[in-house]
Amino acid sequence: MAEQELKYLLFLGCVIPYRVSSYEISTRKILDKLGVELVEMPDFTCCGFPLDPVNHEMMLTLAARNLSLAEQQNLNIMTLCNGCFGVLNHVNKELKEDKKLRARVNEYLKEIGREFKGTTTVKHLIHVLSEDIGFERIRESVKKPLNPLKVAVHTGCHVMRPAKYVGSDDPENPTLLKKLVRVTGAECLDYIDENECCGNPIIGVNSQIPLQLARHKLNNIKAVGAQALITVCPFCHMMYDLHQPRIERAFNEKFGIPVLHYPQLLGLAMGMTPDELALKDLRVSASEVLALL
Amino acid sequence: MSETEKEPEKAIEERIVLRITDMDPKFKYEISRTPGSEKLMLCFQCGTCTADCPIARFTDSYRPRKLIRMVQLGLRDRVLSNDSIWLCTNCFTCVDHCPQDVGTAEVVRALRNLVAKERSMPRVYEDLSSSILKTGYAYEIPQLRIRKREEQGLPPLPKGDVDTIRKLFKTTGFSKTLEREKE
Repeated sequence: MAEQELKYLLFLGCVIPYRVSSYEISTRKILDKLGVELVEMPDFTCCGFPLDPVNHEMMLTLAARNLSLAEQQNLNIMTLCNGCFGVLNHVNKELKEDKKLRARVNEYLKEIGREFKGTTTVKHLIHVLSEDIGFERIRESVKKPLNPLKVAVHTGCHVMRPAKYVGSDDPENPTLLKKLVRVTGAECLDYIDENECCGNPIIGVNSQIPLQLARHKLNNIKAVGAQALITVCPFCHMMYDLHQPRIERAFNEKFGIPVLHYPQLLGLAMGMTPDELALKDLRVSASEVLALL
Repeated sequence: MSETEKEPEKAIEERIVLRITDMDPKFKYEISRTPGSEKLMLCFQCGTCTADCPIARFTDSYRPRKLIRMVQLGLRDRVLSNDSIWLCTNCFTCVDHCPQDVGTAEVVRALRNLVAKERSMPRVYEDLSSSILKTGYAYEIPQLRIRKREEQGLPPLPKGDVDTIRKLFKTTGFSKTLEREKE
């Protein structure tokens, strides 16, 4: 295929419309500039992720229902959330491979007149950017390189692990997001334990452990002198941005590390204004970072 | 040996961790029949899962290696009444690092599913599930947010398709679990 058509069904999920619309706003802006067409899917629901701990069958069925909708549209899915990607990609691959499992899930789907056929592919925003659009094209879109900026990244678990199902990056040394950051001209710093989980999935069960995990990470980020943290998942973003004041209070420490969605960083490098990219919606102010640019 | 003799009776009782009557020899088969947990018996207790677990680093109560051993030994009640199974974040580090490809996080998920079915689930999962059933979303999106989307020029949200979700909750048997939980 010479020129791949850049057209995806957008899978928004629940966390973004609930709390993190700045991620959606900035993503739409940068993808529009890069010539990507996003198709809305009015019948999508929750991906199934929150149901897995309590009923695996129901998670499989809900994910398969969403996948069957994409199959009907003859389009691939793009997610912005690591959790949605993890679940939809895993279920898609598992049902494609395991005929017995597929038959069982299709029995459930028959109730609502749907069937999983296995004809779609699930991608996360970072796969669309790095694999489909490509670093070269992104580099060409950069009008205002962010050279003075030093940042750290938190890639997040479900676009790396389990490697058996994700496969696009090395979970021991993930580089996709780092390369995407470097394309903007910003420097990307390494830090200790950068591949560790944000902890957010269990915050409803135990709030203390996730706060400790996040504090550990923020301390490591601060130690290397990063001026901002870059994420590609609304759930991880909430942990470091929304909960950062709570972490500061709990441990009596001050971080003041702004947490930007990757599309916000790229958007700034493309020459967009902070307002266009909804930077004012961040809990931790990015004004010091913006002053450097 | 003198030290042992000095131990009070109760302390010895507490240290007798295994009673044959507490063990259910069929439990390991019950769990290993669950998709994803088939390799449960391959665990040779190397402890890589616990060593690399980000949660185990911050709490003594969550030990994936120990949970797997308890399942292998058939300590059904002790495993299922152990609240620490809800501390796994599903980061899948244990899954990637296990030299025996046991799928530790998936065994933990099988245990959680069983507890949810037979006993109860943490409140947060009841809330998330109820919200999905009611709205199609894990969180009820406030009207304020929906209006703000319009102001920001964002397209309308997917409508949630509640009817089909209700049917699927029923056909998978999950609605029964959820109804019991609400009682």
